Amino acid sequence: MSTQPRIVEVRRNILKHNDQVAAALRERFRAANVFVASLVSSPGSGKTAFLEKTLTMLREKGYRPAAITGDLATDNDAARLARSQAPVKQITTGTLCHLEAAMVEGAIGDWNLRDLDFLFIENVGNLVCPASYDLGENLRLVLLSVTEGEDKPLKYPTIFNSGDLAVITKLDLAEAVEFDHAAAKANVQSVRPGMPVIELSAKTGRGMEDWIAILVSRRTELGDSKGV
Amino acid sequence: MHELSIALSILDVAGEEVERRGGPQVEAIHLKLGPLSGVVKEALISAYELAREATPFAGARLVIEEVPIVIFCPKCNDERPVRSTQDVSCAVCDTPGSKLIHGRELELAALELIE
Repeated sequence: MSTQPRIVEVRRNILKHNDQVAAALRERFRAANVFVASLVSSPGSGKTAFLEKTLTMLREKGYRPAAITGDLATDNDAARLARSQAPVKQITTGTLCHLEAAMVEGAIGDWNLRDLDFLFIENVGNLVCPASYDLGENLRLVLLSVTEGEDKPLKYPTIFNSGDLAVITKLDLAEAVEFDHAAAKANVQSVRPGMPVIELSAKTGRGMEDWIAILVSRRTELGDSKGV
Repeated sequence: MHELSIALSILDVAGEEVERRGGPQVEAIHLKLGPLSGVVKEALISAYELAREATPFAGARLVIEEVPIVIFCPKCNDERPVRSTQDVSCAVCDTPGSKLIHGRELELAALELIE
């Protein structure tokens, strides 16, 4: 006769290990006064162009940005980002579809965080898997290009719900694809009420100054600004 | 698909809990899963069945309890379910819910042990 199983309550977060590494990273970033933003989007939404422009503009303003980029197989993104002259590290994820906190920890390995003002983490182009993983960032951007269609938030509510700021990219193409700005914003609000939305074009620079201003003020809020 | 990583994490966390309790046999692992966890239930079940092979959990079932999204509705001044994952507003009064109470769960809730 077999014994009756006994149910023992546990209540433990499955991703506790990742969350612990992320929390330790967040504390290290705070101590070094580095503001950290991560970027998630589908492939081809303009993450790398947006990031390259952001790095270049921050450097022109006297800040010290750096970037970590996750890519399944190539180092093309890292090469493009390096054109900004900012320090760039590549994480080749192989078949892994998302970044985890430990990979970020490994990538920043020999960087002295005190030499940085901003760190950007470009996740693998994927609107599903990155949602579950905290990377220790202060701000998570979810990018949506005008060419993808206004209903992307409704199709991927989880990733939008995990984000802090929605960024509509490739604004220069909006007219050509008859992008419905109001519908896109309404869809973001529907899946993530209160989420701020900005629109910009890395190509023409439209909206970029406003975005840089958000970054700088968010960093100031987090600690005392030492930039410029 | 990242459900295989998640399944391996489940086995890690469950393994730690079993070890803490002196290594009893596990009949089932109970998991709480929210719609905003980023994990697909069906994919997780398949991944778990692969991941558990040749581990002490080879005979352990995975029991998934799906937790609905709950927000704090400022108008109702109470916790409320939402219309849907696509429409995170109060199911009672339609007020948008910016404060999430439940829905992101990816939690080892309990273990069924034979001791």
